[in-house]
Amino acid sequence: MKNLIAFPVLLLAFVIQSAIASRIPLLAGSADLPLVILAAWALQERVELAWLWALVAAIFAGFFSAVPVAAYFLGYLLVVGLARFVQRQVWQLPILAMFTVVFMGTIFFHLLVYLTLRLYGSPILFEDALSLITLPTLFLNFFLAIPVHSLMRDLALWVYPSEELI
Amino acid sequence: MKDFFSRSAQAAILFLVVAGILALALGGYLGFISTNFNTLLVSAQSWLSVRFVAVQEFITLPRNSTSLIQENAALLEEISRLQTQVVQYQQQVAETQALAALVNFSRSNPDNLYTAASVIGRDPSPFLHYLIIDRGSADGIRRGMPVVTAQGLVGRVDAVISNAARVQLITDPASAVNARLENAGRDVVMVGSVAGDLSLDLVAQDVILETGDILLTSGLGGVYPPDLLVGQILNVRKRDSDIFQQATVQPVVDFSTLKIVLIVTDFRPVDISPLIPVP
Repeated sequence: MKNLIAFPVLLLAFVIQSAIASRIPLLAGSADLPLVILAAWALQERVELAWLWALVAAIFAGFFSAVPVAAYFLGYLLVVGLARFVQRQVWQLPILAMFTVVFMGTIFFHLLVYLTLRLYGSPILFEDALSLITLPTLFLNFFLAIPVHSLMRDLALWVYPSEELI
Repeated sequence: MKDFFSRSAQAAILFLVVAGILALALGGYLGFISTNFNTLLVSAQSWLSVRFVAVQEFITLPRNSTSLIQENAALLEEISRLQTQVVQYQQQVAETQALAALVNFSRSNPDNLYTAASVIGRDPSPFLHYLIIDRGSADGIRRGMPVVTAQGLVGRVDAVISNAARVQLITDPASAVNARLENAGRDVVMVGSVAGDLSLDLVAQDVILETGDILLTSGLGGVYPPDLLVGQILNVRKRDSDIFQQATVQPVVDFSTLKIVLIVTDFRPVDISPLIPVP
C-alpha cells in the first residue's frame, strides 16, 4: 500500500515536466524531473521496492512522450539500479551519491534514448545530442538534485517512519 | 500734595511723548524707523517660526511615519493587485488576438474544417519536439491530421487519446515535410533537428535557392495538404564541389510561444508506404 504514493508523486512530476520544465530549455536540453525524483527516491535507505517506481514512471512516460516506452522502462530501471548500487557504496555521503547517480543516470539514460531513436530511424547526430541536449540537461539536473533529494528524504520518512517514531 | 503734582506731571509728560510719537508716526515722520522695526520683527518671527515648525515636525514625525508606512504598504498592495490585473488583461488580449487571427485564417481558408486546441504541454524528452494539446478523439481528432496556426504549418497529430493529442512539430528530428519553393517551383524536402532548426537537405545543384524564398507544402506524400506556408530560406550553403546544396529555413511559426493551434479535421492523410517498392 505504501508504494501507491508513487502514482500521485510521479504523475505530478510528469505534469510539471511536460507543462513547465520542458518549456524552460537550456540550448535544446531541459531538466528531467522524473529521473531526478527516481534517483533521489532510490537513494533513500529505508525505501523498499524502488524498482516499482521505475515501472510506474515508465508507464506515465509512455503516455506523455513519443520516445518508445521500452527506452523508459530500461532507462528508469537502470537509474534505480544504479542508485541502489551507489547507495550501498557511498551511503555516508548522500549528496555525493545523489550527484553521482544524477550524473551517471542522465548519461546512461540519454545514451539509451539516443540509441533507441536511432534504431527507430531518427537522424539525430551524436555530437548534437551530447552538446545540445545531454550536457545542458546534466547542468539543470544538478540544480534539481539537492532540493529533490531533500523532498524525497522527507517523503521517505513519512512513508516509512522509523521504529522510534512509531 | 507735592507727590500728586509730581505724578500728574510725569503722566502728562508721558502722554505728551506718546502722543507726539503717534503724531509723528501718523504724519509719516517715523517711516524709516518703522521700516527697520518691521524688518527686524519679521526676521525674528521668521526665525522663530522656522524653529517652531522644525521642533513640531520632530515631535510629530513618528506618528506621521507610521501612517506613511501604512499608506505606502496599502499603495504597494494596490499596485501589486493592479499589476496582476494588467497581466491578466494582457494575457486575455493576447489570447483574443491569437483566436481572432485563427478565426481570420479559417475564414480565409474555408475549404477546410478546423478545430482549435490549446497547447498544454510538451514532450518530456528533450530529444523530441512534440506538443500536447487539449483536444482528442472525443473532439474528432485523428492521427495524422495536420496542425496549423494563422502563420502556417505546425506539424501533424501523432497520437490521440480521448481528450488530448500529441502533435509532432515540423522541427522534430524525425520530421520530413515535402515542400515547394514558391519562386523556383521546385519540390524539396525539409527536415528538423534536435536544436529545433529547419533545413533543406539533398537539394540538387541546379535548383536556384535564394535567401528569402518562400516555402509551401507541396502535398506530395499525402501527409500534409498543399500550399500551407512553412517558412522562408534564411541562408544557402552551396559549393561547386558538393553534389547537393543545403539551406537553413526560418519557420513562420514561433514554436516556443505556441498557445493555440488549429487542427485540420477534414484532411485525411494518405499512407503511401505500401506503394513504395521495397528493394
